[in-house]
Amino acid sequence: MADLTEQPAIVVKDLYKSFRLPTEQYSGLKQVVVNIFRRNRGYTTQKVLNDVSFDIKKGEFLGIVGRNGSGKSTLLKLLAGIYVPDKGLVQVNGSLTPFIELGVGFNPELTGRENVFLNGALLGFSRDDMAEMYDEIVDFAELEKFMDQKLKNYSSGMQVRLAFSIAIRARSDILLIDEVLAVGDADFQKKCLSVFRSMKKEGRTIILVTHDMSNVEKFCDRALVISDGRLMADTTPQKASTIYARLNIDESVTDVSNNSQNRWGSGDITIKKLSIQSPEKDGSIFDFKEDIDIDIELEKSVDGLNKDFEVGLAFFNQDGVTVAGPNSSEKRFGKNDYKIRYHLPSSPLQPGDYKVTVAVIDPETDEPFDFYDRALSFHVISDQPAQGVVALENGVWQTSD
Amino acid sequence: MKLSNIFSKRNRVLLRELVITDFKLRYQGSVLGYLWSLLKPLMLFAILYVVFAVVLNLGKGIDHYPVYLLLGIVMWTFFTEATSQGMAAIVSNGGLIRKINFPKYIIVVSGTISALINFLINLFVVFVFMIINGVQLHASALLLPVFVIELYVLGLAIAFLLSALYVKFRDISHIWEIILQAVFYATPIIYALSLVIKVSPVMAKVLMMNPMAQIIQDARFSIVTHQTDTVFGLIHNTFIALIPYTLVILLIVWASWYFRKNQRYFAENV
Repeated sequence: MADLTEQPAIVVKDLYKSFRLPTEQYSGLKQVVVNIFRRNRGYTTQKVLNDVSFDIKKGEFLGIVGRNGSGKSTLLKLLAGIYVPDKGLVQVNGSLTPFIELGVGFNPELTGRENVFLNGALLGFSRDDMAEMYDEIVDFAELEKFMDQKLKNYSSGMQVRLAFSIAIRARSDILLIDEVLAVGDADFQKKCLSVFRSMKKEGRTIILVTHDMSNVEKFCDRALVISDGRLMADTTPQKASTIYARLNIDESVTDVSNNSQNRWGSGDITIKKLSIQSPEKDGSIFDFKEDIDIDIELEKSVDGLNKDFEVGLAFFNQDGVTVAGPNSSEKRFGKNDYKIRYHLPSSPLQPGDYKVTVAVIDPETDEPFDFYDRALSFHVISDQPAQGVVALENGVWQTSD
Repeated sequence: MKLSNIFSKRNRVLLRELVITDFKLRYQGSVLGYLWSLLKPLMLFAILYVVFAVVLNLGKGIDHYPVYLLLGIVMWTFFTEATSQGMAAIVSNGGLIRKINFPKYIIVVSGTISALINFLINLFVVFVFMIINGVQLHASALLLPVFVIELYVLGLAIAFLLSALYVKFRDISHIWEIILQAVFYATPIIYALSLVIKVSPVMAKVLMMNPMAQIIQDARFSIVTHQTDTVFGLIHNTFIALIPYTLVILLIVWASWYFRKNQRYFAENV
């Protein structure tokens, strides 16, 4: 029991979640009968979360960002226990607010007062508990004059204020919040901020899911970036902000598609698998000066079995400029080589977006076995702004007299 | 669905609030308000009484036929309300289920409890009619709570089953409406079981295997008249006579298991 405080608040390990999406309307018996005869189960499976792992320390304020449909809300619902994972583990140490959205369970036909008690019950408070807190809640929401009006006559801002005032009463160790701060005027947002700060002081763990980066930078200690159901980055809010900004510009992050339009060659030796990562972690986001590994796995046809080959790479930046073109000509590969790695220690590539062309070349003819144009893409990020294509590391300013 | 959880303070508080909300909302905006939960079965009673007792004279030979009929209608009304509201509970609270993790059975139970409260109010009306009709109470009246509980458990079991099915198949609501109609006529509510016995005793015995028929007849026996036929009066083999009671127990066990198994996926399917 001694190391209970050392325990993380939430452990997520190898989490997978997919949904069955009906291809046709699937909420009728007729469809079931029809589908039985068709031997078609009438749905497609969509992977929403794919192998996500992370820990959240006690007392941490964690932001989860991602674009719409990236899987961040699904992740939150898995944390809240609303969904059941397909595979993997969600372990929560401590009590957790069941809310993931403000104002859930509000009934527009009830008055503000009645809704306070109903919402309180969802948080686990009895009538007496709520009666005790009632004045504080109303005070905080600044809605004294409106409590006996039906909720349907409230503005959306008023509703959120009331919901927030109730939700912060929850006595749980871990709070999950999905898109809260979007509503409310500047004054109320300031109030929220001070509430969050005091919650942090109390040592409570808060998880904020949003697509508004400014809130993450304002409040969070750490941020996760989710993209296409994968954990793309687990980093500082500042770096997450950069990554997230890029995500919104660039659709594809790691694209290892088998698109024949950007691929040609004799086919004696072909690229089977490609990946880019740093030796420490997966993912295609790198810090400036981080090590970069590009792994290439090859497949050889009968004609290519005994042939020597070279591998060439070309790095393009976001403007399409070739910034580097390393080539293995000084080290020829032979018939026993199937897995090649290009290791770039302390990469000098400036912050920005890059694409990589990979080519396997016949050294005899200089013709490609497999030429894969813009096969990989990755990002380099940095806390410092960067100018130009080259980082002039050794440049020194001095007076020349 | 551990028993300790069902009665935990947190869940009791939530259940209470949901039931209160349901009551507040149900008759909101109507002039007569709560009176409607009394008026509806009384009106239905008036219609059925005129048609079946006055015009068709079905109540001939039954002591206190008006009370007898009213009790049957009130119990049947509870059964329809509990099962229909319970069935819709999960789907109509989809917004809540998608956003909050809480024990799902609470909303099904809250739907049936609202119906139960209506039922208890209506039972009070039945007692008033009993006094007006000069019904003599026997010691058997003490058994009434047992049948009320059995009726509630039956309603709850079917509500659990239907609510879980309704998430997947929206046809269930229409199918259930039709089944309710059929069961209404297959249950001796407006006609006396003695009429069926005259035609075919075997048929009467089969009808009594239906727990609803058993409960209504038992309840009538306990508080209205000892002349009515109960399942034990009709069937002398104890084991066969126990079938409707056993069915209720099996049903609640199976329905709870089925509901529990499926509730994990309500949030994504609803």
